[in-house]
Amino acid sequence: MYRILQKRSLATGIHMYEISAPEIAAKALPGQFIILRVDEWGERIPLTIFDFDRKSGSIKIIFQEVGFTTKRLACLKQGDFITDIAGPLGMPSHIKKYGRVIAIGGGVGAAPIFPIVRALKEAGNEVISIIGAKSAETLILQDVMNNVSDRLIICTDDGSVGEKGFVTEVLQKQLTGEKPDLVMAIGPLPMMQAVSELTASYAVKTLVSLNPIMVDGTGMCGACRVKIGEETKFACVEGPEFDGHLVDWETLIRRSTMYAKEQELILGEKVRSGGGCGCHS
Amino acid sequence: MSFITAKHPMPEQDPRERIKNFKEVALGYDQETAVAEANRCLQCKGAPCQKGCPVGVEIPAFIKLIKEGDFIAAGNKIKERNNLPAVCGRVCPQENQCEKQCVLGKKGEPVGIGRLERFAADYGAAFDRTAQHLSRQVTGKKVAVIGSGPAGLTAAGDLAKLGYRVTVFEALHVPGGVLAYGIPEFRLPKDIVKREVDYLKSLGVEIKTNMIIGKTFTIDELFTDGFQAIFVATGAGLPYFMNIPGENLNGVFSANEFLTRTNLMKAYRFPEYHTPVHIGAKVAVIGAGNVAMDSARTALRLGAQKVTVVYRRSEKEMPARLEEIKHAQEEGVEFLFLTSPVKLIGDKEGWVKNMQCIRYELGEPDASGRRKPVAVPGSEFNVEVDTVIMAIGQGPNPLITQTTDGLMSNARGNIIVDERGQTTRSGVFAGGDIVTGAATVILAMGAGKQAAISIDQYLRDK
Repeated sequence: MYRILQKRSLATGIHMYEISAPEIAAKALPGQFIILRVDEWGERIPLTIFDFDRKSGSIKIIFQEVGFTTKRLACLKQGDFITDIAGPLGMPSHIKKYGRVIAIGGGVGAAPIFPIVRALKEAGNEVISIIGAKSAETLILQDVMNNVSDRLIICTDDGSVGEKGFVTEVLQKQLTGEKPDLVMAIGPLPMMQAVSELTASYAVKTLVSLNPIMVDGTGMCGACRVKIGEETKFACVEGPEFDGHLVDWETLIRRSTMYAKEQELILGEKVRSGGGCGCHS
Repeated sequence: MSFITAKHPMPEQDPRERIKNFKEVALGYDQETAVAEANRCLQCKGAPCQKGCPVGVEIPAFIKLIKEGDFIAAGNKIKERNNLPAVCGRVCPQENQCEKQCVLGKKGEPVGIGRLERFAADYGAAFDRTAQHLSRQVTGKKVAVIGSGPAGLTAAGDLAKLGYRVTVFEALHVPGGVLAYGIPEFRLPKDIVKREVDYLKSLGVEIKTNMIIGKTFTIDELFTDGFQAIFVATGAGLPYFMNIPGENLNGVFSANEFLTRTNLMKAYRFPEYHTPVHIGAKVAVIGAGNVAMDSARTALRLGAQKVTVVYRRSEKEMPARLEEIKHAQEEGVEFLFLTSPVKLIGDKEGWVKNMQCIRYELGEPDASGRRKPVAVPGSEFNVEVDTVIMAIGQGPNPLITQTTDGLMSNARGNIIVDERGQTTRSGVFAGGDIVTGAATVILAMGAGKQAAISIDQYLRDK
């Protein structure tokens, strides 16, 4: 059982939990993730480690309420327990000195990009960060991203804060200037695809962190398999970070919708265990 | 002297009923039938049956106790050698092991040793209220076991009985390995696995779940932490795919994913349990081992209309247990022999729709002695499917060999050990599927037993 030490709401439907998990905190590196199971009826879902504190033995996760399990997770309070957390999983991010790096966090993707940006900065890179959101209400981590970046550009779809438009539009402007040595992008699949297609036309090396459906997260089932170039890889053990120019986006996006019907069903369904939580009607 | 030449039949759920539920198919002997079956045993001198058992259960001795009506003593007799009797009585391929050696088998059916083992284990679990009295000397030495499948659990139990402080590290959230995620409820109820694991805990074994060795801790860190010997029993859990076009279409699973969702995550009770599993109307299962039979029978229970096992060799070469094949046939699973898919074809939304197959014929025997399947050119044909489950085998997960210096594996990734189960790294032992490749529960248990003996010897000499 893993105790929630602190719960903080970052934006509408986006929460940060600090959780006691000393074994994971001791080992976590930027780019790695955990698999958690809320309770004994729960499914296993992957979430990126946002931050870790080796001394206090805690990790932080940030998640958005997008479906049944994340809504259940959001119902927990400070002091409550999460039944299972396994990790750290996946390969750490490829941190080294590239030179000039553009890091993009789309939506809740600002959370997983944060520890990578911090590590890239510590490795001596010049980092320009772009974080985008639908509107000011869902923009997160502006301050912490500002602290670890040489420059931070904010954009929103509706222009309610920062530049108006998608992250790709901001990126486009950057690409026409001094050519970066690396673009690192994390966010919704269509965003990462759009970024990869854009950078391909400028021949800029691009890394993305993929988020396919996972079950065990340890390489024993292949639910998370993705086509990278000519090879099929398991994102949970060989990723989640891959060369964005080699990802078969169409297959990945299609596979991510595999349980859309079941997701809808369980959200509407009354017959399920663990009880209602009382905080979502 | 005359004998009854056939085993006493074991009652089973009716096939038409059982495909609607996940309850156990075979219902087990009652006391009267167990005694009657035990009476068939000739109590041979030299006990050939015992030689056929990889963990050396004293078979005539426990059967004699059943004959005498002392069922609890019979169960304890088995437990002297076997830490998981309720599991073994259910899933061992007895036809290739103990029962193969039974002299009654020469003129009729062998004694139902597996059924009697199951009876004694279940009886003991239900009625034995005596605490375990172990006259063991506590050594205080710590041993780590990595993986809580049959090999790991057996070694852990034996080492605890020898007085070691044993900690089992398990990556998943439930112990049992393939017993928990692989073998379906209708063959091995999960409360029985839990009961066997609880028995090991009562012996003093500590089990830590959510611990992925190679990630959460490395082997070196376990030594630093005070463990003096380590047993690696991580199994063969890495699914193989065929690498044919269309394999990443929606509706295509590895058997591991399909069975893990259904068994471990209880997706068959979705939405009460929150993990979904997708099943279509027309399911193809590729492969013909026990994992394929489990997948096919699970698919039927999840509501598939038509389930076809597709195998590139013929009926004779199927590696699954005869009993499982028979059960699958009774339940309506169809078989397509000498056939293999070459390509999966999807619809506009990217769901698998068709499977292009090719016919095979059997050629010369290969290195394994089985006749090698040879594709017949131009014999391609299409099969309509909406779910495909790949059950063509599993390999070893490389996480531990990649993160442990000096631990050698062979070209297939299996850890190399000597006859005592010692690896190339001092103090590290290995056994079960991680060494042999995918095999059986009881062979893994035999390896666990050997490892416990070797580790004990190693720690005494140290």
